[in-house]
Amino acid sequence: MSDSGRNGGSWWARFRALPNDNPVKTVAITLAVALAGSVLVAGSAVLLKPLQLANKEAERRAHIAEIVGQLPDADEVQVDARVVDLATGDYVPSIDPFQYDQRRAAKDPDQSVEIPDEEDIAGLRRRARFATVYLVRQAGETRLVILPVRGRGFGSMLYGYLGLSGDTNTVAGLSFYEHAETPGLGALIDAPEWKNQWRGKAVWDGPVLMLGVGAGRVEPGSLEAKYQVDGLTGATWTAQGVTNLLHYWLGEHGYGPYLEKLKQRGG
Amino acid sequence: MGNGMTRALVAPLVGNNPITLQILGICSALAVTKTLATALVMSAAVIAVLTLANASISLIRNHMPRNVRLIIQITIICSLVIVVDQILKAYAYGFSKQLSVFVGLIVTNCIILGRAESFAMKNSVGLSVMDGLGNGLGYGWILITVGAIRELLGTGKLLGQVVLPTAADGGWFEPLALMLLPPSAFFIIGFLIWAIRTWRPAQVETTEFQAQPVPEAGGE
Repeated sequence: MSDSGRNGGSWWARFRALPNDNPVKTVAITLAVALAGSVLVAGSAVLLKPLQLANKEAERRAHIAEIVGQLPDADEVQVDARVVDLATGDYVPSIDPFQYDQRRAAKDPDQSVEIPDEEDIAGLRRRARFATVYLVRQAGETRLVILPVRGRGFGSMLYGYLGLSGDTNTVAGLSFYEHAETPGLGALIDAPEWKNQWRGKAVWDGPVLMLGVGAGRVEPGSLEAKYQVDGLTGATWTAQGVTNLLHYWLGEHGYGPYLEKLKQRGG
Repeated sequence: MGNGMTRALVAPLVGNNPITLQILGICSALAVTKTLATALVMSAAVIAVLTLANASISLIRNHMPRNVRLIIQITIICSLVIVVDQILKAYAYGFSKQLSVFVGLIVTNCIILGRAESFAMKNSVGLSVMDGLGNGLGYGWILITVGAIRELLGTGKLLGQVVLPTAADGGWFEPLALMLLPPSAFFIIGFLIWAIRTWRPAQVETTEFQAQPVPEAGGE
């Protein structure tokens, strides 16, 4: 072995020979483990990110497709993405819906507005000025309009899509593609048995928004059954969050102006 | 394979099973066994974390600072769990959504820290790997058994394939809704423990104390 090798070896050997309780060794070993752990974690997160994003995007599309898929002859529909100015309810042709990222825009001060506390029933704080909606047409007629919605549940933000019939008065589906609610309780907003209840519910009674989650079980044939789905046991906050976000997004500060114009245009 | 190696691998399967003898890791055994598929994925995740954690902790066991050893063990376990979670999110997104928080909760699975502290800190890397694999398989086979029973009796399916045609679909089988609820896993694990202890009476715990008969009230 060369001299330099032996010197290097002796430094390493001296370090290894230190008692395990030695403060220098304790700090050095702890730092080394922490460093190795963070390299591992950061490496896997960065390397796998493109695949994970692709999965999320596929999931989001699947939720839109699920709402569209309920139409009879769903193969023959045409789905158009449009960007809507929420304040006026008009389309914004200058923005490409495939380039526009509404979730990113909601965090960007230039592309979003702050929601005053008294209006902020869905716990959003800010919302994007523009929204990407999907118009589903069949034989020249607007059959569905699919609106992105979000709102605070119990412990997380719920991201989903609300599908309405062309006359905006019947729900075609409500589907959440991203949330972090409690498994077995709030996460039941994903469960097909609950999700499917939304289909066919009426939205408005005259000018009054009636759609929402009921308190407890909604008796079939009762007055509420036309507008409400069953409550979720043990997930009152999540259920209330869903009602709140529906009321925000269907209200005058959400898609209200747009839906009004859509009705007048007849699609 | 040396004799010790084989023993480290085989002992935790039945003789020293982490779930049925040590009664560890029960929480996740209840939560992820609603279907066989989630039980399989969870078992694979735990086997991977347990084996790698045992290996890396055993590798540095002679230089582990004694005062902060639990923190260092948990750091290693956390890093491995995050990597497993990231891999599931990338390659098995559906399962990662179904398992949700329970992948992250592998960190708090007592089996992993238990094996690190009681085995990997004292044994060679090779033995520790075998011990990790053995305990992971011991945990896994219980999970898979429970998952298979729950899915079969709860829905009439196995891995999503119809085995017992349900009455709702024109068959004869009436699914047991209880099997889809977490308490059913308790019952099944209880029956498994009963069966194993009947087969191996040595596992039966000794009575710790005998309740004293209460003296009759009244008479002096």
